Amino acid sequence: MNQMSLIDRAVDMTHIKIAARGVNVYYGDSHAIKDVNVEIADKTVTAFIGPSGCGKSTFLRCLNRMNDTIDICRVTGDILLDNEDIYDKRVDPVQLRAKVGMVFQKPNPFPKSIYDNVAYGPRIHGLAKNKAELDEIVEKALRRGAIWNEVKDRLHAPGTGLSGGQQQRLCIARAVATEPEVLLMDEPCSALDPIATAQVEELIDELRQDYSVIIVTHSMQQAARVSQKTAFFHLGNLVEYGDTGQIFTNPRDPRTESYISGRIG
Amino acid sequence: MPVLWLFVLLLVIAAVAFFAGRATVLRTVKGKSRLLHSLPGFYGWYTSILTFVPAFLVLIVWVIVQPLIINHAVAPMITSAQDDIQRSLMADDVQNIAKGLDLMSAQGLLPQETSAMPDDLRGMLGSVGVALGSDPTEDKYAAALEFRALSRIGSIALTAVVLMVAGAGFLIARRQVTPTMMARNKVEDFVRSLLILSASIAILTTVGIVLSLVFSTIKFFGLYPAADFFFGLTWSPSFQGESELGLLPLIWGTLFISLIALLVAVPIGLFAAVYLSEYASSSMRAIAKPALEVLAGIPTIVYGLFALLTVGPLLRTLFGDGGTFGVNWMTSADAAITAGLVMGMMLIPFVSSLSDDIINAVPQAMRDGSLGLGATPSETIRQVVLPAALPGIVGAILLAASRAIGETMIVVLGAGAAAQISMNPFDAMTTVTTRIVAQLTGDLDFSSPTALVAFALGMTLFVITLGLNVLALFIVRKYQEQYE
Repeated sequence: MNQMSLIDRAVDMTHIKIAARGVNVYYGDSHAIKDVNVEIADKTVTAFIGPSGCGKSTFLRCLNRMNDTIDICRVTGDILLDNEDIYDKRVDPVQLRAKVGMVFQKPNPFPKSIYDNVAYGPRIHGLAKNKAELDEIVEKALRRGAIWNEVKDRLHAPGTGLSGGQQQRLCIARAVATEPEVLLMDEPCSALDPIATAQVEELIDELRQDYSVIIVTHSMQQAARVSQKTAFFHLGNLVEYGDTGQIFTNPRDPRTESYISGRIG
Repeated sequence: MPVLWLFVLLLVIAAVAFFAGRATVLRTVKGKSRLLHSLPGFYGWYTSILTFVPAFLVLIVWVIVQPLIINHAVAPMITSAQDDIQRSLMADDVQNIAKGLDLMSAQGLLPQETSAMPDDLRGMLGSVGVALGSDPTEDKYAAALEFRALSRIGSIALTAVVLMVAGAGFLIARRQVTPTMMARNKVEDFVRSLLILSASIAILTTVGIVLSLVFSTIKFFGLYPAADFFFGLTWSPSFQGESELGLLPLIWGTLFISLIALLVAVPIGLFAAVYLSEYASSSMRAIAKPALEVLAGIPTIVYGLFALLTVGPLLRTLFGDGGTFGVNWMTSADAAITAGLVMGMMLIPFVSSLSDDIINAVPQAMRDGSLGLGATPSETIRQVVLPAALPGIVGAILLAASRAIGETMIVVLGAGAAAQISMNPFDAMTTVTTRIVAQLTGDLDFSSPTALVAFALGMTLFVITLGLNVLALFIVRKYQEQYE
């Protein structure tokens, strides 16, 4: 590796992809997220940890405005993606979501063929000019999703017929196929067995080359394994945010320490 | 004792049996109900059921069978009858006279029982509200007196037998009720058989309807060749004979009008469902959905009036002679399109309500997945939600089609009565259902094919709609397995 690429790498590591300033989220009367400030670096895996109901998934869904689909949800504060406010009136959530992809907790392949599942995003965004290009995009995405070898002979079989772990990797491939800049993952391994989890974790580490990945997880081991940065949420507050190593070995806040050592949660 | 009072008495006895059974078993364990196998109430119920149910069954069977037996007994007394058919008709007169005499004696109008017929029997019976078709004859009067006498004996015997059966049931239950007896299980077995009975009554009714259609249909095909019925192109029934009873014009009219109705109902209903389930705010939905379902509650005859008074004349002013478009396509307000349009309006809430449920059953995860990839709401609906819901929607449309095929009143009032095979929706047409009504209204002669054809038509309709319903259920069920 030459000197130039090392410098590039270092610059990328410090580039701020998403910045949240004073974000509050309300579901009707309940105050789900309280004044969260966080800066998320590009080409990094950031883990959100915390007990159930602490608001980590809610905050994640703010980042691509998926909360817009919930009537009673209200968001205040600024969330900047590449220094542009995503809650600005001029921003179309549809365009935003093409840039900020999402993988959900439960695998949710469409009731279509494996090929059509992956081709769905590229088709609606017009990424391919012809069938050959689309084939190429689908293959590339399935390879990145580490599922190509398992499905290459049955691309036209229904995606719902795959096993749970395969379905989740298919969903990751589907998200990757749209070429997002940020990938949000909401507990992507909670419905998977340990082997499938290991495959997905390996995949997340590879995705870091090109994307900023944000992963919500209940497993602290998983956060420690895959992430470089960790944010700990508790009761709607962002309690502590820092390098993963530091959070797990030397937490500054007593609440973080209690959670990590298993006393609260 | 009148049957109603006997029934009430039976209920009272059953209630007493409940408390008696409960008290007995509690006494044997000296009030410590924990020593019983079941809760004390179950022993009461068990006693009550064993007392009431057999006696009640005897009561029902007796009430049905007694008149048959008595009729049989008095029938030979009607000597003026020439043959069995006339005798059975006269037996009705005898029963009426007997009923009238009962009423008269109840009102004190019958001074004494005489075996000689009063002179003005017909007038006397008329004064208590029993009208006779002809003057009663001596033999009928004698038969009526015999009928009354036998009925009186039967009634006394009924009371005695029913009370004996109830008493026997009670005693048997008393003997069986011990603290270790599994009263709860027995009561629950009884309740389960009651539920099974209710379910089988619904099924047996369907079977009964089919059987009644089948026999009359077979009789019809004995009188009229099946090939002429199924492939005949002319429908011109005539009770004088020489009628041509071809099914095809009717089936054509039915399918043509149903097709127009579906062309109206399916797009509008589906779009309404998409709006309601995907775009409408919850407050809008709370108003619009019940409002749509109000449409479904309107009786079809009211839709028929709407077709007759509003839609038909409106269409004629648009497409008729000297109408707005100056096309003169429509000569009468009664046309396939009138009935089809109104029937379509009737089906809109049906399609939209079913489709709405089906669209809502598509998991939110599907929508999230699509929206999360940057798809617009409309892309999500067209490419993910509707394809996922499609089998269910097809099922809903088939159900709507089978309703359209079976619809009668709108067609009677909106489509005219001309049985013809025409491609022009502005022509009058008629359907299978309206012809069934026409064939079975007025004086009937069930030995002529002109009346019996109604059953063959009904059977055809039944087979078509049954097929559609089975197909729809099959599709809907297959779809449901996908997400559960």
